[in-house]
Amino acid sequence: MVQRLISADEATAGGFPFAYGYLSRLDPRLRIVLAASFAVAVVALSDLVALSGAVLLAACLLPLSGLPAKRTFKRMAGMDGFIIFTLILLPFSVSGTPIFTVFGIHASWEGLWQAVEIALTANAVILALMCLVGSMQPVTMGHALHALKAPPQLVQLLMFTIRYIETLRSEYLRLRGAMKMRGFKPGTNWHTYRSFGYLVGMMLVRALERSERVLGAMKCRGFTGRFVLLEDFRMRAQDWAFAALFLGATVLLILIELRHVLA
Amino acid sequence: MHIVDGALSNPVVIAGTVLAVGGMAMGLKKLTLERIPATGILAASFFVASLIHVPIGPSSVHLILNGLAGLILGWAAFPALFVGLLLQAVFFGFGGFTVLGVNTLNIAGPAVLAWLIFGPMVERSSPRNGAIWAGIGGAFATATTTLGVAFSLMLTGDEFIPAAKLVFFAHIPIMVIEALLTGAAVYLVRKVRPDLFTAVKEPAE
Repeated sequence: MVQRLISADEATAGGFPFAYGYLSRLDPRLRIVLAASFAVAVVALSDLVALSGAVLLAACLLPLSGLPAKRTFKRMAGMDGFIIFTLILLPFSVSGTPIFTVFGIHASWEGLWQAVEIALTANAVILALMCLVGSMQPVTMGHALHALKAPPQLVQLLMFTIRYIETLRSEYLRLRGAMKMRGFKPGTNWHTYRSFGYLVGMMLVRALERSERVLGAMKCRGFTGRFVLLEDFRMRAQDWAFAALFLGATVLLILIELRHVLA
Repeated sequence: MHIVDGALSNPVVIAGTVLAVGGMAMGLKKLTLERIPATGILAASFFVASLIHVPIGPSSVHLILNGLAGLILGWAAFPALFVGLLLQAVFFGFGGFTVLGVNTLNIAGPAVLAWLIFGPMVERSSPRNGAIWAGIGGAFATATTTLGVAFSLMLTGDEFIPAAKLVFFAHIPIMVIEALLTGAAVYLVRKVRPDLFTAVKEPAE
């Protein structure tokens, strides 16, 4: 089954969860730059108070982004579920002051704090990234990356991928539907794995055939290898104000981290 | 298989990013106008294929298929898989931002290695033998990705060694499934569209 990552209610957005909140009025280039600087700053933090502040700051962005809170938190929980095993082992593998002992293995406070530190960092960064950048239309992100001087081929590759994910997903669902009609029931057996393999192979063959038609059509219309990007990005007063506010808050987090050094 | 922000030490993150940028430069250099649509649409299909849940016993796993991506895309696997990871992080909250380079290297690096090592056999022997080599390549790529993740964690600190071991052993069943699926997919492609192996890259040497 196609994972819950792309759910039916997002189908209208080509599978992507963009939203129209306050942040959508800001310059997309600025949103990318702010998300990147926030990520770098937060990764450098190690103080638990500063990191909690970072999670709080990222959480403040959520209502501004217009993204549905429930689904966004669910996605974060999905990521947490992914890393939980790595984190659970840390208190046992880091030596230090013991909290408790299971089967003769000590769990240490130091390891626990390190696990908490990683969890806070990961959640703060991914939430800010989803709110600032994930709330924009994927195509807008491509244009903004182009304006930020990302390599043009990379931007074109990104645009093609964005454009065709939803198309190929519906093709996948159609093929799966056809398999189901013929009585295919997935299980742990060679027949299932071979059928899934053929399914993937067929998707690749069809993707190639589709790309040949697309390239032909593009050439027909005189494509010379350059996308004409019509969006004109401009930094206005509110962009500068938001940038100052957000960067100020980020600097504040760094100051909290350094409070013992500075005091 | 994704590493998140904050888990790795700075030298590991920086080294990973530098190597990933190098790989992407190699991939982008060979992306001519003629090849961009095919590469982009294949990248999208790998994105969709990685969401397929394959049953294994009472549970199910999702695929990486980076071996297959390498065999089809060659060096272009670097930018193609980077795009997938970027979209996953930004829009679906999977993975992280500062670790994009490390994650790209851990997934696309083995893809390119699988192509360099097994590509010639996959493309030139009979479809059946090609499928067997592709299966080996698929398992190799998944195993190498897991080792890459484990290595990134271990370089960060000794305290991650248990987690690194867990990552590797937990992925052994996935390696088997990746091998079977990659083999079957290559068998079909060899039978139906053998030119898919040269559509977006030069034939393997």
